Amino acid sequence: MARYLVLSDGSVFEGAPLGAEGETSGELVFNTGMTGYQEILTDPSYAGQIVLFTYPLIGNYGINEDDFESDRLQPTGIVVREACEDPSNWRSSKTIHAFLADRGLVSIQGIDTRDVTKRIRSRGVTMAAITSGDPQEALERLRHSKSYDETDFVQQVSTKAPYAWGRSGKETVESESDTSRLRLVVLDCGLKFNILRRFWNAGCRPIVLPCTATSDEILGWNPDGILLSPGPGDPARLAPVVETVKGVLGKRPLFGICLGNQLLCQAVGGTTYKLPFGHRGSNHPVKDLRSGKVTITSQNHGYAIDPESLKGTGAEITQINVNDLTVEGIAVPELQAESIQYHPEAAPGPWDSRPYFAQFVEQMRRVKESA
Amino acid sequence: MKVLVIGSGPIVIGQAAEFDYAGTQACKSLKEEGHEVVLINSNPATIMTDPGVSDALYIEPLTVEFCERVIARERPDALLPTLGGQTGLNLATKLADAGILEKYNVRVLGTPLSAIKKAEDRESFRSLMREIKEPVPESWIIESPDQLREVLDLVPYPCIVRPAYTLGGTGGGTAHSTGEPLEVGQKGLKLSEPARKMVERSLLGWKEIEYEVMRDSAGNCITVCNMENFDPMGVHTGDSIVIAPSQTLSDQEYHMMRTASLKIINALGIEGGCNVQMALNPDGFDYYIIEVNPRVSRSSALASKATGYPIARVAAKIAVGLTLDQIDNQVTGTTKACFEPALDYVVVKIPRWPFDKFATGDRTLFTQMKATGEVMAIDRTFESALLKAVRGLEVKQKDLRHAKWAGGQEADSTLKEAIRVPTDERLWAIAEGFRRGMTVQEIHALCKVDPWFLNKMEQMVRGENDHIVEPTVFKMVDTCAGEFESQTPYFYATEGQTFDEVLATKK
Repeated sequence: MARYLVLSDGSVFEGAPLGAEGETSGELVFNTGMTGYQEILTDPSYAGQIVLFTYPLIGNYGINEDDFESDRLQPTGIVVREACEDPSNWRSSKTIHAFLADRGLVSIQGIDTRDVTKRIRSRGVTMAAITSGDPQEALERLRHSKSYDETDFVQQVSTKAPYAWGRSGKETVESESDTSRLRLVVLDCGLKFNILRRFWNAGCRPIVLPCTATSDEILGWNPDGILLSPGPGDPARLAPVVETVKGVLGKRPLFGICLGNQLLCQAVGGTTYKLPFGHRGSNHPVKDLRSGKVTITSQNHGYAIDPESLKGTGAEITQINVNDLTVEGIAVPELQAESIQYHPEAAPGPWDSRPYFAQFVEQMRRVKESA
Repeated sequence: MKVLVIGSGPIVIGQAAEFDYAGTQACKSLKEEGHEVVLINSNPATIMTDPGVSDALYIEPLTVEFCERVIARERPDALLPTLGGQTGLNLATKLADAGILEKYNVRVLGTPLSAIKKAEDRESFRSLMREIKEPVPESWIIESPDQLREVLDLVPYPCIVRPAYTLGGTGGGTAHSTGEPLEVGQKGLKLSEPARKMVERSLLGWKEIEYEVMRDSAGNCITVCNMENFDPMGVHTGDSIVIAPSQTLSDQEYHMMRTASLKIINALGIEGGCNVQMALNPDGFDYYIIEVNPRVSRSSALASKATGYPIARVAAKIAVGLTLDQIDNQVTGTTKACFEPALDYVVVKIPRWPFDKFATGDRTLFTQMKATGEVMAIDRTFESALLKAVRGLEVKQKDLRHAKWAGGQEADSTLKEAIRVPTDERLWAIAEGFRRGMTVQEIHALCKVDPWFLNKMEQMVRGENDHIVEPTVFKMVDTCAGEFESQTPYFYATEGQTFDEVLATKK
C-alpha cells in the first residue's frame, strides 16, 4: 500500500506507510540530528509541523518510557528514509512504527529525504501533507487549509491548569516542597520536561502557569525568578503574552529560552522575522560575544530576532550563530533579564550549555539575598 | 614561522598510510597559513615526501641523532609532533627529553607534550580520570614477571594484559583463565618500550564506542563524529568492523559519552585532534574510559572520510593558534570549522587482514591489532554500506557468502566456534549461522554483537538481500546533511531519486 508526501507546490513523493493510516498536514521542516527522535516527537515546539529527519535510519533504539518531553505527540507527522523494525537498546519498549500507530500519527517512510531537504533548503519551508489516500485530493485540501503562520499553536500546547514540578515529576501546586528551593514561575508556551528537570536539579521549585496567566497572577506567586518557555508558531502573533512579559519585566530576574528569547525581544520593543528554513538540529555553533567562546547547541526555531530592531531598546546582543550570524541571545541588564534562542536543556542534543541553569539560579539567589 | 613536521616512517602492522594522509594535510594546511614546512621522513612511498608538499625535505632515519642534525641545520621555530602517529610523537618526546628542543629553541605546536604524556602513561591518565570523576576499569600495574604472578590471584577474569606506549596495543592480550596472562605478559614486557604493563578488568561483550573530538587553544570543543564497533569490547578497534555514526545509542547515551569525551580533552588541554575510546554497558548507562589517543590517529582518518571534516587540516591550523571559529569549513565554503558534522548516510569500515599472505598465522583477533589496512563504504542503508565494504576488501567473498561455509561441510559446532571467537571470517560465519537457521538470540549469545546489527544481517540472509543493489544516483558527503549548499566534490553512489549536483566551478 502506497503513501504519499505532497508538497504545496504540487510535488508528490511516493513512499511506504509509517504510523497510522489517514491524512495529515503541516509545515514541512527538517532536523539534522542523528539521535533524539523520541524527544523531537514530543517537543511542543514542533506543533503544527511535519518533521523530516535527515538521518536515514530512524527508530534504531526504539521508544522508551523515559525520554518524553511532553505528554503527547507534537508534530503532525514525520518523514523518514527507513524506520527500524527491530530496534535494539536496553530501554526500548516498542518500535517507532508501533508508537506512531498507537498514537494515531500519520507518517511516511521510504522517502529520498536528502532530495526533499535540498528542496526545503533552496525554496524555504513549505506546507505539506502525508496521505494514505489520493495525493491530488490531498493537494486540493492542502491548498485550502490554514497555513502554519496563521495558526496559534501556543494556546493548544500550553498547560490548561497550573502545576508544580518535584523530584518525581509533575505534581499539584499544593504539594509540599523544600522551602530552601528557589521558586521559579514558568510561563508555559510549549514547555519541554527537561527544562523543569534541569531547574529542579539546579535547586528550584518550578511552578508552571498557562500562557494566559496575567502578570499579576505570575507576581502573585512571589517568584524568585521567571522563565519564558520555548514554544511553537510565529512569535509576532503573541501580543497578549508579550503584554504579560512587559508587566513582569524588571520586577524579578527573568530568563527566556527559544520562543522566550523572542518574547523578551518583543517586550522591549524589538521584532522577529521568519528564517527561510530555520535551525533544527544538534550541531549549531553559538558564539558568546562576551567571552568569545563557541558552544555547540541544540536548536529548533523557525524565527529569529531582527538585530536592527533592538537598537535603542536597552537590550544587547550577547550571542550569535557562527554559521549565519543570526541572534542567539540577548540581555537587558538593567531589567535583570536575559534569554537565549537555543536549548540549554538539550533533549535532544549536546549538554554543553547546561551550566546556564546553574547560572540563572545563582542570579535568582543573589537577587533574593540582596532584597 | 618555520615548522618541522615529523613523518610516520615505514608502514608497519598497526600503523598504516593514515599518517601520511594526516601529515600531508598538515603540511598543506601550514603552508596555506604562510608557514615554511621542513619535513623529515624515512618513507619515500608517501605523498608527504612529494615535491611541493614541504618546503624542505629530509629523507632520513627517524632517530634523535638525525633529527637533531636537521634541527641544527634548519633551525625551525617550532615542531608539530601530533600528526605523524605514534612514531612521530615518540621521537618528539625523546627530542624534548634529550633537551634538544630547548637547546635550539624549538617550540612544540599543538597539544603540549606534557598533556600527551599524561594521556599515554596509563598511571597518570588514570589519576587524571579519577580527578575529573570519569570511570576507568580497575587495573594493576606490573613491573616484572614476578609481580605479574602475584596479581594473578587478585584479577577478575577475563582480564587484559597490555603495555603503555605501544603501537596498536602491541604486546597486549586477553586472558580467560589463570594460565594465560603470564605468557602474554612476558612477551609483552619485551616489546614495550618502558617495561611497564597493565593488567585490567576485561569488559568483554560491552559496546565499544569511539568519539573523535577536537579542541582549540581557546577551549572550544567539538565532536567530529562518534563510531560504534560492530565487534564488542575485546577486539582492537583497528581490527573491528566500525560503523559511523553509532546506531544503537539513544540521545541520552550519545550525549553522555560525548560530554565525557569533551570533559577529558579539556582536562588534558588538547590543542588539536583526539580520539576517546569508551566501553558502554549494553544493559545500562555505565561506561568506562578505555583509552585516549591525544593525536591524529587511524580513527581520525576514518572519521575525516566518514564525515568530510578534514581533521588533520584543522588540527594543524589549531596548532598554529587559530581557533575553530576562525577556520573555514572548506566543504560547504560558507560555514566554519566550529560545528559538528551531521551525517545523512551510514559508514561501514572493515579491516583488511594479511592472513591470505600468512596462511598459517593465528587469525584470532584480540587487543593486539593485526589488520594492515581497511576499507570504508558509504550508503543510505546499513545493508548496502556493509555489502559495498565487503566488495571493497578485494578478498574472494563478494557478499555474505563464504566458500568455507558453503554447502554446510563444516560442522555446526565448528561454525558456532567461528561465531564465538573473533577472526577475520566471523562476519561470514554469522551470516552462515543465519543461513542454517540460527536465531538472533543464539548468535548474540555467542558473539555479543549488538542485536541491531544481527537483525540486519538476518534479514539480508533470509531475504536473499545479501547482494548489492545497483546504485542509481550519486549523493554528496557535505558535513551538514544537506542543510547548506556545499562546494565539495566528494560523492557516494546509492539508490535514490535525484543526483546531487556536481559543481562545475569551485569558489
